[in-house]
Amino acid sequence: MSILVNKNTRVITQGITGATGQFHTRTCREYGTQMVAGVVPGKGGTDFEGIPIFDTVEKARRETGANATVIYVPPPFAADAILEAAAAGVELIICITEGIPVLDMVKVAHYLRGSKSRLIGPNCPGIITPGECKIGIMPGYIHKPGDIGVVSRSGTLTYEAVHQLTKLGLGQSSCIGIGGDPIVGTSHVDALRLFNEDPKTRAIIMIGEIGGTAEEEAAEFIKSNVKKPVVAFIAGQTAPKGRRMGHAGAIISGGRGTAADKIATLKACGVTVAMSPAELGSTMKNLLDGKGRA
Amino acid sequence: MNIHEFQAKQILGRFGAPVPKGQPAATPEEAAAAFKALGQPRAVVKAQIHAGGRGKAGGVKLLSSADEAREFAAKLLGKPLVTHQTGPQGRVVRRVYVEEASNVARELYLGLLVDRKAQAVSVIASTEGGMDIEEVAAKTPEKIITETIDPLLGISGFLGRKVAFGLGLKDKQVNQFVGLLASLYRAFLETDASLIEINPLVVTADGRVVCLDAKMSFDDNGLFRHPDIRELRDANEEDPAETEAAKYDLSYIHLDGNIGCMVNGAGLAMATMDIVKYYGAEPANFLDVGGGANAEKVSAAFRILLSDPRVKAVLINIFGGIMRCDVLAEGVVKAAREVNLSVPLVVRMEGTNVEQGKQILKDSGIKVIAAADMADAARRVVEAIS
Repeated sequence: MSILVNKNTRVITQGITGATGQFHTRTCREYGTQMVAGVVPGKGGTDFEGIPIFDTVEKARRETGANATVIYVPPPFAADAILEAAAAGVELIICITEGIPVLDMVKVAHYLRGSKSRLIGPNCPGIITPGECKIGIMPGYIHKPGDIGVVSRSGTLTYEAVHQLTKLGLGQSSCIGIGGDPIVGTSHVDALRLFNEDPKTRAIIMIGEIGGTAEEEAAEFIKSNVKKPVVAFIAGQTAPKGRRMGHAGAIISGGRGTAADKIATLKACGVTVAMSPAELGSTMKNLLDGKGRA
Repeated sequence: MNIHEFQAKQILGRFGAPVPKGQPAATPEEAAAAFKALGQPRAVVKAQIHAGGRGKAGGVKLLSSADEAREFAAKLLGKPLVTHQTGPQGRVVRRVYVEEASNVARELYLGLLVDRKAQAVSVIASTEGGMDIEEVAAKTPEKIITETIDPLLGISGFLGRKVAFGLGLKDKQVNQFVGLLASLYRAFLETDASLIEINPLVVTADGRVVCLDAKMSFDDNGLFRHPDIRELRDANEEDPAETEAAKYDLSYIHLDGNIGCMVNGAGLAMATMDIVKYYGAEPANFLDVGGGANAEKVSAAFRILLSDPRVKAVLINIFGGIMRCDVLAEGVVKAAREVNLSVPLVVRMEGTNVEQGKQILKDSGIKVIAAADMADAARRVVEAIS
């Protein structure tokens, strides 16, 4: 078990002929993911290293039975790519693209409310169930099958956490990057709910950052619903107010969204918070070994 | 991206929002001419910088002659204005805005912003205009009106009226307000704004609703479709190192500490700053070189972070997923030679081709302090400056 993706997941790549799409389609296939189709408008009928390319997502889905899609198309066209996938009824849409205008995402979010599709991202590394299915840009080799769920707004900081876990012998059930934008399809709460319901997941690492109130909502959700141990880290304790820290969503605006507020709320809700990013793995290990905080 | 008040008013005016007549001026003479051009007994001269609190800081004045306008402009122009938002060094005033005076009966607050939780644009309004809205929200949250705009409907009449009545507007002001709000929302959508703030929105003595101040910020991700707005970027209002970094598509933010940080990925970059602090020092910057950085980009990043004279040591923390450690190492070696590196350099690398990367650094002859992991790196860099 795992969340959202496993060895049976059949994946489309939207934007398969671009440099990024090519590179990551290849690495995901090498990892063992079933990459069954590509979509590039105007290139239908051709193929990428044996993977058939279609003009539309609808046709790709109909002809290959795909149930997930990953989007690498450039920012001006990415929102349309998400909408196309949702309109075609693809269950899981993973958008890697960084730099989508936020007002495009307002429209996408509105449309998805009436749809059965789940969006992960945008501006995220993707999702991986170690040993079964990797969809996205994370380096596969640092992961190890196991029972820790990881959810994060960041890319490389997630790799850091996963690397620490793997070195300590703690494998992962699934790792999901929810993205660094102000409007994302899957929230911390959504991911926590899935991990909480997944019998294979024993404990959860949640990595948040400054900006917005997603971590505060997650803290409340953990307090009332999550039965499994959760270790959290919030990046940006030293970030100045009013500045966008790389991610479009990582900004303290109007005095809200500070790391201090998020950490205080998490602690008040009984979540174990690692104060140093170097102690994510060890904090989890100590918690599982019954030793409490690192 | 932020713009000046007068630019925001020009944009909002084009979308039909009621804004006072005015003219920007870069010299005292221009300010005097602008006063005359308005042809009214009084006018307001306002310092134009990208910061709030200008009124309290003495950057805004009601004047009754062209001579006074000239004199006041001469006092402001070319000198820093210090407000509670600028920091102690202030911001140099390079332009003033000369605007017709309004007879104010009531001051209100009106804002439009991207509401992350609602995943839509929301209207924020309050009867407490002219105040710091964050303070109002903290102390008297019941005085804040929030309405989320359905993207399909836009500003419907009922929603506009609801806010208008909430603000205590009456008679003709109600429909005027609905029209004003619709204009602002249209401007918001059509310019990819991330924030429009009218503080204060005023009701004049003769019963008109007018945008007396205006602040607009734009979504950087949307600028590609608005070349006209991109032109309004004022490099004088930005840190030169940050402007230079943007040329290389690097995300750099200047801070006050003395440990220069170079990291790939925004989350890891913030976490690296945090761990520097955790071990007792202060980061000099946020710097994300991105996922697919090449040697040239790394070298540019290195130059930029060393351009800060306060930097006493450099910490490089790279988790190479897509980015290869050997490429990073080549960039570091190239840059260290170019800039004649004279401060301690701590490098922590992990991930793809890490062994080749370490070998390149070792063979280069550059003095590099190699760190085993993030904690080790932070400890070593803090040690290096103490």
